Amino acid sequence: MITIRHDVCGYCGACVSVCPGGALELIDAYLSVDTELCKPKCRACSTVCPLGAILWREE
Amino acid sequence: MKDSYDVLVVGGGPAGAVAAETAADAGLSVLLVEKRSTIGVPVRCAGRIGKDELSRFIEANPRFISAEINSVVFRGLEGRKHSSSEDKSSYILDRKVFDRELIWRAAEAGAEIQVHARAAEPILEEGKVCGAVIEQHGHRVSVRAKVVIAADGVESTFARRAGIDTTVPAFEMLSCAQYTINNIDVEEQTGQYFFSAADAPGGYCWVLPKGNRCVVIGVGIQSSKSDNGLHARNYLDRFVSKTYPKGKSTELTVGGMPICRPLAETAADGLLIAGDAARITHPLTGCGIYHAMLTGRLAAETAVFAVRTGDVSKKALMAYDTAWRKGDIGRALLF
Repeated sequence: MITIRHDVCGYCGACVSVCPGGALELIDAYLSVDTELCKPKCRACSTVCPLGAILWREE
Repeated sequence: MKDSYDVLVVGGGPAGAVAAETAADAGLSVLLVEKRSTIGVPVRCAGRIGKDELSRFIEANPRFISAEINSVVFRGLEGRKHSSSEDKSSYILDRKVFDRELIWRAAEAGAEIQVHARAAEPILEEGKVCGAVIEQHGHRVSVRAKVVIAADGVESTFARRAGIDTTVPAFEMLSCAQYTINNIDVEEQTGQYFFSAADAPGGYCWVLPKGNRCVVIGVGIQSSKSDNGLHARNYLDRFVSKTYPKGKSTELTVGGMPICRPLAETAADGLLIAGDAARITHPLTGCGIYHAMLTGRLAAETAVFAVRTGDVSKKALMAYDTAWRKGDIGRALLF
């Protein structure tokens, strides 16, 4: 389960390219997640975020 | 916007702009869509490109060149000089200006440019890409194209929605942060790269001159190797306070740099994939401006031939895949 901190996000899109489920999308300066596609144990996005804008916690 | 074109280019970075210019120059009808409202921002790049490489696409112009580099120094532990190279003559570009210059050239060649227009999804018919649904100003319109060139960058979603797995393994994505720092004493014509696991685990730091007592200082890390909870920006702050404690940072740039292998196949029925979207970058440094422009041009040349001959099948479009793999960037990947 991820939470996007929009006040921290630098809208660079690094997370989008590592998401194996295709759950993330960056539209202009707004990053959104499709929770249906997000894989609960993955963490790839929160790991690569240069700013720490994606928080992950176990469901 | 019309409802059909010969070529639809998704993305207005260097790959897309050169693709659009090349196809329009050959007389094809071309639409380029850029999801952002402004071309060239946000910048997510240090801006380095070899002089020879740039000259294959555009004449060097002070308007978009921030600095020149005549030597590159590689440093290891404790900043000790490891090796240097005098033949790495390159420019540091001002990407905000450079990307617009490329787009203007595409527009002058006859391509239609639409900004704040997002290719939301491909139009697929029997598995073949036949255009895209474009979202702009709250409306969705279907635009058909004989060939679509996906040049939508590191956060590419278009090719994925066409059924191609473009996922970059997390350990092959350098997580990067960079400051522009003003008003410091720098070696104006030297680029420096620092390889130290403490400063940048699994990656490296760079210091590149931007001209006028200004540098960009960046850090790229393999996040899986970072200390608990530290992100690229934390490492950057640490490195900057160590190297330029008195520097004043005036710009923060963040981004992901794919250092993985390119996509196994960069063409599909009706679709070509160029630049970062195809994960085509320098395998070590992650530099990708030249790679983007070259693959953009090659993709467009293949598209022109395909449109003229009426065959936009994957088999025909794979000529592009073969072309870039046989060229200098493809050969460099066979290390």
